[in-house]
Amino acid sequence: MTHDSGMLKHTLRGLLSLVPTLLMLITVAFFMMRMAPGGPFDTEKLLPPEIEANLEAKYHLDEPLLQQYFRYMGQIAVLDFGPSFQYKDWTVNELIAQSYPVSLTIGALAMLLAFVMGTMLGITAALRQNTRVDYSLMGIAMLGISVPNFVIAPILILLLAVYAGWLPAGGWDWSVASMVLPVVTLSLPVTAYIARLTRGSMIEVLHSNFIRTARAKGLPESVVIRRHALKPAMLPVISFMGPAIAGLISGSVVIERIFSIPGLGSYFVAGALNRDYTLVMGVVIFYGVLIIVLNFIVDLLYAWLDPKVRYDEKH
Amino acid sequence: MLLGACGNEDRERLPGRFDRHASSVELVLTEEGRPDPSVLAVEQVLHRDNGEEPVTLDPHLAEGAPSAHILRDLFEGLTAESPQGRVIPGAAIRWNISRDGKTYTFYLRREAHWSNGDPVTAEDFVYGLRRSASPATASKHAQVLLPIANAAEVLSGAMPIDQLGVEAINDHILVISLKGPTPYFLSLLNNASTYPVHQPSIMEHGSAFSRPGNLVSNGAYVLKDWKLRSRIELVKNENYWDAENVILEQIFYYPFEDQSAASKQFRAGELHWTYGVPSNQFKWLQKHYPEELVISPWSGSYFFGYNVLREPFIENPELRRALALALDRDLLTEKVTQFGEQPSYTLVPPGIGEFVSPVPEWAEWSQAERNEEARRLYAGAGYTEDHPLRFEIRYDAGQNNKKMALAAASLWKQVLGVQATLLNEEPKVFLQSRDQKVLTQVFRAGWISDFADPYGFLELFRTDYGRNDYGYSNELYDSLLEEIASERVPARRRRLMYEAERMLLVEMPFIPVYTYVTKRLVNPRLKGWQSNIMDHHYSKNMFLLKTAVDGQQNVIAETEDSAELTAEAPLDEAPEVQIPTEEGQDEQFVPATDNELETDATTVLEAGADNDMSTDADEGGVQTGFNDAGAPPEEAMELLDQKTTQVDESAGGDDIPVDEVTVEDPPE
Repeated sequence: MTHDSGMLKHTLRGLLSLVPTLLMLITVAFFMMRMAPGGPFDTEKLLPPEIEANLEAKYHLDEPLLQQYFRYMGQIAVLDFGPSFQYKDWTVNELIAQSYPVSLTIGALAMLLAFVMGTMLGITAALRQNTRVDYSLMGIAMLGISVPNFVIAPILILLLAVYAGWLPAGGWDWSVASMVLPVVTLSLPVTAYIARLTRGSMIEVLHSNFIRTARAKGLPESVVIRRHALKPAMLPVISFMGPAIAGLISGSVVIERIFSIPGLGSYFVAGALNRDYTLVMGVVIFYGVLIIVLNFIVDLLYAWLDPKVRYDEKH
Repeated sequence: MLLGACGNEDRERLPGRFDRHASSVELVLTEEGRPDPSVLAVEQVLHRDNGEEPVTLDPHLAEGAPSAHILRDLFEGLTAESPQGRVIPGAAIRWNISRDGKTYTFYLRREAHWSNGDPVTAEDFVYGLRRSASPATASKHAQVLLPIANAAEVLSGAMPIDQLGVEAINDHILVISLKGPTPYFLSLLNNASTYPVHQPSIMEHGSAFSRPGNLVSNGAYVLKDWKLRSRIELVKNENYWDAENVILEQIFYYPFEDQSAASKQFRAGELHWTYGVPSNQFKWLQKHYPEELVISPWSGSYFFGYNVLREPFIENPELRRALALALDRDLLTEKVTQFGEQPSYTLVPPGIGEFVSPVPEWAEWSQAERNEEARRLYAGAGYTEDHPLRFEIRYDAGQNNKKMALAAASLWKQVLGVQATLLNEEPKVFLQSRDQKVLTQVFRAGWISDFADPYGFLELFRTDYGRNDYGYSNELYDSLLEEIASERVPARRRRLMYEAERMLLVEMPFIPVYTYVTKRLVNPRLKGWQSNIMDHHYSKNMFLLKTAVDGQQNVIAETEDSAELTAEAPLDEAPEVQIPTEEGQDEQFVPATDNELETDATTVLEAGADNDMSTDADEGGVQTGFNDAGAPPEEAMELLDQKTTQVDESAGGDDIPVDEVTVEDPPE
């Protein structure tokens, strides 16, 4: 068997193993949600029994739980997440379809910004190790990691939106102006983290034997760094970015609240608090699939990058 | 982009950049009482913070304030409200109420049209009400319809929907039959559950009829765009019957999960109107935004409930009163709620119609006197320093509930030595605990009424009422409520409600704490609205000025007209003012003899007036303060005495014609 067919087999096997994971996730989420006290129609103003009966009939909540479960699994099979209990004019599919692009955009932009800024700052600091530049950059990075978003965001809004009036204080209309503050705020801690990672690994690489060899050959310092040091120095950063991407593009509840952004993150909280069964299930399944698939891709990438974890006929 | 839409006038109002008070001008009104075009801003676009995302724009599925605010702009019910919150004619220009109070005949405006140009007919209302009551619609708010004949049976599926007590006599006359006389029925008719809907567009689009492009509405505005959880855009409905008097051309409603985010956008000039303000910023806002911060009474009460089915509170009104006495409400409203909430000693908040609550004697005492009496009652119930009363205060997360529970517990400890423990529950869990009445002892409670009638509050303690989480049950009280529900003579009805509330205040199944206020930031250039106790604000009455006017000159254009319409002129005269005579409104249908019509007209007047706020509200500058909070206690009691005497006199004979009684209401 060739190496490629082993790879294919591994991929298929991996894909198949996702199915039971997903089934498990859906089942656990479904029953846990139903076990939570209170229901979607409980409010401070109690409903007359005939109205409650109508509502339960409309959403099939009057059926036995197991029947509801199988009904739901049947819907999922055709990718129909059902109507939202809370946002009655919309189906859960529509809610996700409308809000996910927002979360994805902010998350992807923040990741990009964090990667570019983080590596640049990290390399700069590494090259000027133990100088004032290094200390101040790393000091700022430490601050970026330790000061939470919900502190930085209001300060940025006050300075740049309320007092200076350069940017909107919140809201989302797909304009660049409305993206600047949320993207910057979201990227700050990640930028700081990447900067520190890059600096550390860059310093380590610069002290390794092959760099000494390169320098001994008389290569200019810029070439040494670009050709020889950069790639190995990026390895820990790349492996950090896997989980970081998943975190960023899944929507940040905090950022969404502070900047009034219609992303997916708030649905988790709102859905759970309102006992919006279908919305919570939809979001859970959507994330579940996203994370499982992302992990799977990372596995494949590792296999492709690193021969040590490659699967072939010998295993 | 948000910024671009807002214009520069807003930006100039940023603190520290321009003097905010320099540009005051006088608001000039035209002869018709409308603002003079020369003082109006060129761009009439309103940016309104609407709290949470509305759950729906289908009027019959609507619930919660965010939906209601937008639907009031999109649709028009049979009745509407003036800026002060009075019931005024809406899609119906007038109505008659039969002598027994059970049949309402509505005469619809002939010039009313849907946004697509179709005429609004009585059949649209019949269709709307039936749809709203239909089990298939599963409307959560359909209890508003319960006073209508057969509504309960239709809702439960026991009767087909065409058995609902609504009937279109012709295109412009609608008859609604009620199960029993419901004195507050007119104020239910501006609720979204009773709005008409456009049948052809529902037939065509099904459940997607409320989407932009599909939604056909009969109000002052039409839905142009809906970006989920981002913004909802309304534009003026050119087919609205009163479109020429609608000044704002475009309304943007924004949802905000976070009130401080909204307040920052307001400060950045991106909003004209916020839904609320962040708690604990009162002093700062008062200092920096004195003109923008608007606080006014709201028809809601915050209180603690007792579970009277559990020890130590079973059949122990003295102990219940002791705890109520020991709460220093001035301290609580000043230090905990902080937004000018009014200390409360009753259940029904002030300012609902002409109703004046019975104020318990101890409300007039000093706190020291109350504490002394509380200690006496506490000792009388058998508790001492060594054997203190112990119980649990249960509350749900959010707002000021935790702070309030903490403050109450420490006051009780300080004054009486009570050992109260606090228990925080997630909101839905909390509601369930309350409902089960097994775990609760003392719990956070409160009520904001859907309609401007004290009955909405008193009903909470009816034995079989769904939300009676207190376990309170009193046959006498229940029978009083039954009488209130059907009594049509307003003065006599108020007397009964007074009795019922007094009974509650003796038995004390709850601890009144304060009455709610609405608190928001409003751009001073936005005029045409007034604070009102229901917190209903129609965008069609509002307009934006070029520059801010003095806070005191909050003159409202339509106010005077509408006030006159309901309060001074009998409603059957109204059509002559508003309907072109050539249409011959009354020729087609004469519903009653002259004599009956006269009686009916008086009743209409009374019914309308019963939903009014006190006259103070109509005159004063309502922007800030409590000018409209109702009469001060002494005056109120006097007023009440007068009324009581009136009723007693009239109650002398058993069978008094309605018109005689209604005339007797004392002049104020």
